Amino acid sequence: MADDKDVLRDVWFGRIPTCFTLYQDEITEREAEPFYLLLPRVSYLTLVTDKVKKHFLKVMKAEDVEEMWFDFEGTPLKWHYPIGLLFDLHASNTALPWSITVHFKNFPERDLLHCPSNSVIEAHFMSSIKEADALKHKSQVINDMQKKDHKQLWMGLQNDKFDQFWAMNRKLMEYPTEEGGFRYIPFRIYLTMSDRPFIQKLFRPISSDGYTHTLGDLLKEVYPMAISSDDESKRYQVVIHGIEPLLETPLQWLSEHLSHPDNFLHISVIPAPSD
Amino acid sequence: MPVSLLWAVDVYGRVYSLSTRGQQWEQCRDAVLEFKRVTAVQQCCWGIACDHHIYLNVHSSDVPIRYQEETFENQRWNPLDNFSDRLLPSDRWQWSNITGLEHQPLDSFFLPSSNWEWEGDWYIDENFGGEPTEKEGWTYAIDFPATYTKDKKWNSCVRRRRWIRYRRYKATDTWAKIPSEGHSGPLPDPFNDISCGGWEISEEPRGRLSLWAVSLQGKVWFREGIHHHSPEGDGWEEVSLPGEVVQISCGPGDLVWAVLWEGQLIVREGITRDCPRGSSWVVVDSPNPEAGAIHVAVGDNVVWAVTKDNKVWYRRGINSYNPRGSGWIGMIGEMVMINVGLNDQVWGISCEDRAVYFRQGVTSSELSGKAWKAVNVPRDGDIRSHSSATQSVMSEDSDTKNGPQRAVLEVGACPSSPPPDPPPVDVPKPRIPKVTSDSFISEMLSDRKVKQEGATTAVTAGPGDPQWSNVDLEETQTHLAVGLSSVATYTLCQEEPYGADEHPLWAWVSGGGCGVDSLSSSVQSMSLSISPAQTAAWRKQIFEQLSERSKREMDNFKHYEQSVWVKKGTMQWWRDWKPHKWVDVRFALEQFSGPEGNQDGILFLYYNFNEEKKYLHAFINEVTILVPVLNDSKHTFAIYTAERTKQRWPIRLAAATELEMHDWLALLSVSCCDSRGIQGPPSKQALWSVTCKGDVFVCEPSPSLETCPYPTPCDQMFWHQVGGHLRLVESNSLGVVWGVGYDHTVWVYTGGYGGGFLQDNKCVGTELTDVKCVYIYENQRWNPVTGYTNRGLPTDRYMWSDATGLQECTKANTKPPSPHWTWVADWAIDYGISGGTDREGWQYAADFPTSYHGHKTLKDFVRRRRWARKCKLTTTGPWQEVPPIPLSDVTIIPCGAQSIVEPIPLWAISNKGDVLCRLGVTLLTPAGTSWLHVGTDQPFKSISIGGASQVWAIARDGSAFYRGSVTAQSPSGDCWYHIPSPVRQKLQQVSVGRTSVYTVDQHGNLWFRQGLTPSCPQGSSWEHISNNVRKVSVGPLDQVWIIADKVQGSHSLSCGTVCHRLGVQPMEPKGQSWDYGIGRFHWSHNKNIKGLFTENNLGYESFDSTRRFYSYMPFP
Repeated sequence: MADDKDVLRDVWFGRIPTCFTLYQDEITEREAEPFYLLLPRVSYLTLVTDKVKKHFLKVMKAEDVEEMWFDFEGTPLKWHYPIGLLFDLHASNTALPWSITVHFKNFPERDLLHCPSNSVIEAHFMSSIKEADALKHKSQVINDMQKKDHKQLWMGLQNDKFDQFWAMNRKLMEYPTEEGGFRYIPFRIYLTMSDRPFIQKLFRPISSDGYTHTLGDLLKEVYPMAISSDDESKRYQVVIHGIEPLLETPLQWLSEHLSHPDNFLHISVIPAPSD
Repeated sequence: MPVSLLWAVDVYGRVYSLSTRGQQWEQCRDAVLEFKRVTAVQQCCWGIACDHHIYLNVHSSDVPIRYQEETFENQRWNPLDNFSDRLLPSDRWQWSNITGLEHQPLDSFFLPSSNWEWEGDWYIDENFGGEPTEKEGWTYAIDFPATYTKDKKWNSCVRRRRWIRYRRYKATDTWAKIPSEGHSGPLPDPFNDISCGGWEISEEPRGRLSLWAVSLQGKVWFREGIHHHSPEGDGWEEVSLPGEVVQISCGPGDLVWAVLWEGQLIVREGITRDCPRGSSWVVVDSPNPEAGAIHVAVGDNVVWAVTKDNKVWYRRGINSYNPRGSGWIGMIGEMVMINVGLNDQVWGISCEDRAVYFRQGVTSSELSGKAWKAVNVPRDGDIRSHSSATQSVMSEDSDTKNGPQRAVLEVGACPSSPPPDPPPVDVPKPRIPKVTSDSFISEMLSDRKVKQEGATTAVTAGPGDPQWSNVDLEETQTHLAVGLSSVATYTLCQEEPYGADEHPLWAWVSGGGCGVDSLSSSVQSMSLSISPAQTAAWRKQIFEQLSERSKREMDNFKHYEQSVWVKKGTMQWWRDWKPHKWVDVRFALEQFSGPEGNQDGILFLYYNFNEEKKYLHAFINEVTILVPVLNDSKHTFAIYTAERTKQRWPIRLAAATELEMHDWLALLSVSCCDSRGIQGPPSKQALWSVTCKGDVFVCEPSPSLETCPYPTPCDQMFWHQVGGHLRLVESNSLGVVWGVGYDHTVWVYTGGYGGGFLQDNKCVGTELTDVKCVYIYENQRWNPVTGYTNRGLPTDRYMWSDATGLQECTKANTKPPSPHWTWVADWAIDYGISGGTDREGWQYAADFPTSYHGHKTLKDFVRRRRWARKCKLTTTGPWQEVPPIPLSDVTIIPCGAQSIVEPIPLWAISNKGDVLCRLGVTLLTPAGTSWLHVGTDQPFKSISIGGASQVWAIARDGSAFYRGSVTAQSPSGDCWYHIPSPVRQKLQQVSVGRTSVYTVDQHGNLWFRQGLTPSCPQGSSWEHISNNVRKVSVGPLDQVWIIADKVQGSHSLSCGTVCHRLGVQPMEPKGQSWDYGIGRFHWSHNKNIKGLFTENNLGYESFDSTRRFYSYMPFP
């Protein structure tokens, strides 16, 4: 794997083995078998769980079924976060497969958004891309695209078509050579132990004096806690797509290669395992 | 492709170079003077400065240019003084050259110029033809001149010894002045133009170049004696002329054209290997009768010219038989000068905006290219202030691997795609002249009906009224005044409409050293650049972590979404019983998930036997190797299992098309890997091997492979293919893997997998190429009437044949080794064959087939000569090139470095025999940083480093050398210890383990070095172990693996067989016996059916080089 294209492929084709079990209090006609699935890291829960729903509906009465939602160890899982992010944030150091509980009742209105159809996911996904492009190119690339191009991005994600998606997405990853990068890097830093959902600030890939910013520079600026000094043991893991890139990795490169399809770099800062 | 440079001079005489990996024009700061012209080749750049002297800039290299001076000290014995320097009056000088004819005292040696320095003082050579001499280095003989021996005998009356001293060229990366002297004193007038080339004319002497120069009076001079060891050359020789020349151009081969004062062109004819100066000139008329030519540029097979009206012309019909070509074709675009670089790529300077332009779309099939594109690159110094109108670098049809960080040298702007960012406010107005695709030219070219020249010239408009002035600097204006200046004048924008800093104005460009690959499938403008960050540690870390992540999260859970399926097809099968022949079979692969979730499958082969339907089957998890057998008649491959390896008889199948074969191979390969749980890249402990066809295979060692006393038999090892094409591969147990291609290109493994035919379903590696030669022989027999003719005796071999003479190989019917290879050159006589040749390449012998020699004697009745033709393979694989020095051997320390930043010792031999030590190799940077040259007194051919940093090497004379004091602090050691070879054997290859040292000699004997102890690391003597050994490889625990020939199987003999030494113990490093693994058939029983079933078209791959097998299980 010499090539940066391989990174894009690996990111795209990342899968998390998941075991879906029905919540114990759900009313069923017979016992519900757990359902096993490989979840694409870059997709959204409600986009890829039709099979799960179908599986459990077989043992349930229609009147007992409301909107499906998921939790992991009691934490409701936000469908509008990419699956890989949910896993990195909540289940990084747990045993595989990832064990998700499926609910059909008591939708946690305070924690989750409703997701009545795929068009809601599409709207959310496209608004993320637009926001990212606003940061990267003052929205110029996304605005220059046609409606069908937008559709291509979404269909690429929905149908898991790497080539289809990247044929369009690479335009969003371009920048003028003389500037050496995007205007701002679209990123979000998530903390498990914070009340804020995430941190998002304006941050340039290249400093005014031409210095290339790295992941370490970003964290120093935005969340210095995440970086442990040399003498102390590591307190936090900085995880993107299930891996911990070196802090000297250029931010621009990360943004081009490890962003989710929504064009954001979703960075999880999680407590390091104590062992 | 290694980094190379495009050179250019601006109108102010400043010299700039642009690296194919660079982002800007770098000014050549140490050029004290302004330059008028430069002419570049890969290893150096020549230039004419404004003082009209010629300067040479030799690019520095990790391997220095060093030259060995030698002289002999002669002594004679007399009863009084014993041996003394008192010689007889009839004797040679006390100090002489090797023949004794020239007086050569030590103080008669001088440095050729101030650009050289002595490396050290004189010392005595104590190596005599591979044997160490006594301390003083004397060799003895009865009398001068006679045969010398290293031992003094009773009748030794004279003795001599050899003194050597090295001098080194020191003026690298700087402009060194070349005195303008001919053989008879200073040249009469200064130089005006210069052109360097001719490196393809001959490989002897190494690095030979032709340098042509034009003086202000219009004379042409040829510089003699330029080669690797003499970069400056000897002196100038005048070349007689039919007129006065203003400009000259010399291509890589035998093409030399010049422009005459009157506007005609002259072509040099008679340039050959023996006469690089050529013999005569032929005049060619200017393309336009009204406007004479002012400039000409030639390449391998192309000639471009510029006329006074700045029109550009392409010469049609140029080839090595017809250097004159057949006609001119007018091209679109107006240029002041044109230069042809490597691969016939064309560079020019536009007369409108003085920008450097690159000709896009120049390929071997369309040498005239498609369109001019400006090279818009900032110069150093103005990179911040000057923002060119750059467009987004990722164009529509480039793939994402050419990401923005790579697209650096951007050529032109593609108007169709909108910029992603608003152009900066201070964008200069686009001044791109008519960038028009003139691919209609290609239509004209393909039009074989040769039109009248007048008709073709009429394509362009009539002459304009250009404004003339001199392109050269103020200095040359004086010459213009005295009427010496040339007509090679160029329009210069007199009133500059914009500041010089805003837009560079170029005067001259030279691409003779700039390797832009025209064949690259990527957008041409992008092939100029490779990201330097490719090898950065953070990147590698990400690759590794992602691959670990895939293993962790996906590999064990594949069965979550899987089912049984079957793929069917038809193929031909080489049936197992006699008479062997291809029979049609139906072929099916059934795949299913095994009990533990792993994939498994069964292969079925249905055939008819005596009207009866039968089948043969093989379990996928028993397949040990799948080998593509590429030949020109069928698309075949072989499937081996342990049982069939024992029989030396695999399942051989032929697919209808190449595509079909690759589909099946890829599918079977994936399913074999799946069934054995092999996913992703090879592990760090993997065993690497290459076949004699250059295919790369890896084997994941099982823990039991090297257990004692019952290791896994070799024939059960499972090998799977990795993309790439290599001649040898070397790995260590830390996962650092280096390979060397047939063209000596060096590759480092990137940690990926797939490539080659696997490309469609696995991670694709980078594109790589390899070049090798196909050889055929022209045979002739002497008869008393006509001398040597191509009429042989009825019993003779074919007059055009392969090396054995058994198969007819004519120039026309010989094809590249497989459809993947394409010819890249024409047939040429090979003078480099062992045994030597005469001037026409012939080798003589008394009869076929005997040993041949390079000169004709009275006893010789037959002769042959070898013709070589280069062919090229383009494939993909997880390899990254390590430029620029080509290698012939490489070795990596078997274990050692534990931390990721600790240096890993790696040694190599360059293809010229230099010993090199690689610096900066670590787990994170397996390619290392630079070479450290380790001096030797003769070329070397094999090298190996052992577990305790013991470095052993084999010199070209067949003797071994041990390198002393190699440590982490002193990675290159301090001196060589000469170790004589076994008696009357010339050693070929060496391999060192933890303590063991094994060598293989030229006759296939395997030798073990005895008496190695920590205090005596050189050992005491050689012990014979085996014969029929081709290569040996010793592991970090002294495991011994060999490639053996003539291994008996139950069905046939095999050669190129991987064998493992059994019974190797710490106390018994020699082991006891061999275990035989995978290898090739020997088709001896089929040889008699000439031409139909020879080894060539049925042959299986044999393993050719197996280096460093490792286990992770220590001895119990």
